[in-house]
Amino acid sequence: MSSEAARLRLKTWIFTAIVVLSNAFGDFFLKRGMPESASLVSPLDYIGMLFHPWVTLGVALLVLWQMSRMALLSWADLSYVLPVTSIGYVLVALIGKVLLNENISGHRWAGILLIMAGVALVSFGTAPSTHAHSHPAPPKAAQS
Amino acid sequence: MKWAIVGLMVGATTVGEVLQAKGMRRHGEIRDFRPGAIGRALAVLARNRFVIGSIGAMAISFFAFLKLLSVTDLSFAVPVSAVTYVMETVLAKYFLHEQVNGLRWIGAALVVCGVMLVSL
Repeated sequence: MSSEAARLRLKTWIFTAIVVLSNAFGDFFLKRGMPESASLVSPLDYIGMLFHPWVTLGVALLVLWQMSRMALLSWADLSYVLPVTSIGYVLVALIGKVLLNENISGHRWAGILLIMAGVALVSFGTAPSTHAHSHPAPPKAAQS
Repeated sequence: MKWAIVGLMVGATTVGEVLQAKGMRRHGEIRDFRPGAIGRALAVLARNRFVIGSIGAMAISFFAFLKLLSVTDLSFAVPVSAVTYVMETVLAKYFLHEQVNGLRWIGAALVVCGVMLVSL
C-alpha cells in the first residue's frame, strides 16, 4: 500500500468513527428527549420540539454527523461510505444491551454478524475512493 | 399513515444523500481542518447547488423521521431506512459513476439483510 493510500485509509477510518458515533448518540438523544405524548401537527410543533434540552443535544450531534459525513464524502465513494457507516446499527444494538439492558435475541445477533461481515468486506476489501485522485485540492484552496 | 411517512422519508433521504455525495465529490477532498479553513469550506459549499439541494431534501427527511419517531419506536424507524442502501448504491453506480465492484454489492446486500434481521 502506498503512503498516499495509507494516509487516505487512516483518515477515512477516523471520520467513519466520528460519523457513526455522532449519528448513533444523536438519534438516541432525539428519541430520549421527545415526550411520549408529543403531537406533531403544525410546523410550529416541529420547531418547538427542537428546544427540548435532550432534543437540542441530539440535533447538535446530528449537525456534527452531517458535517463529518460531508467531509468524508469529499474523498470517499458513496458506495463505500454507506455500508461502512452501517456499523452504527451494531453500535445502537450494543448501546441498547449495555446501557438500557435490552435483550438481544438470536436473529438480532445474526443480523449484527451479517452487518459486520458486510462492513468488513467493503472496508478491508475495497479502497475508499475509485476516482483515483482526479480532484487534487490545492487550486481551489489557494484562491482564498 | 405510517408507511406514507416511511415512503416520504426514504425518498427524501435517497435524493439528499446522493446530491450530497455529488456536491462533495465536485468540491474535492477536504484536507485542512482548522476552524478558519472549515469556515471557508462551508462558505464555498453554501454556493454549491448540489449541496443546497441536498440540505433541502435532508430537512424533509429529518422532519419525516421526527414524525415517524412520534408514531413508532426507534427500533422500527431506524432499520426501515435501510431500504435507502439499495437505491443509493444503484444511483452511486449510474448517477455518480462510482466503480461498484462485486465486493461492494455483496457488502451492501449483507448490510440490508442484517439491518432487516436486527429490526425483526
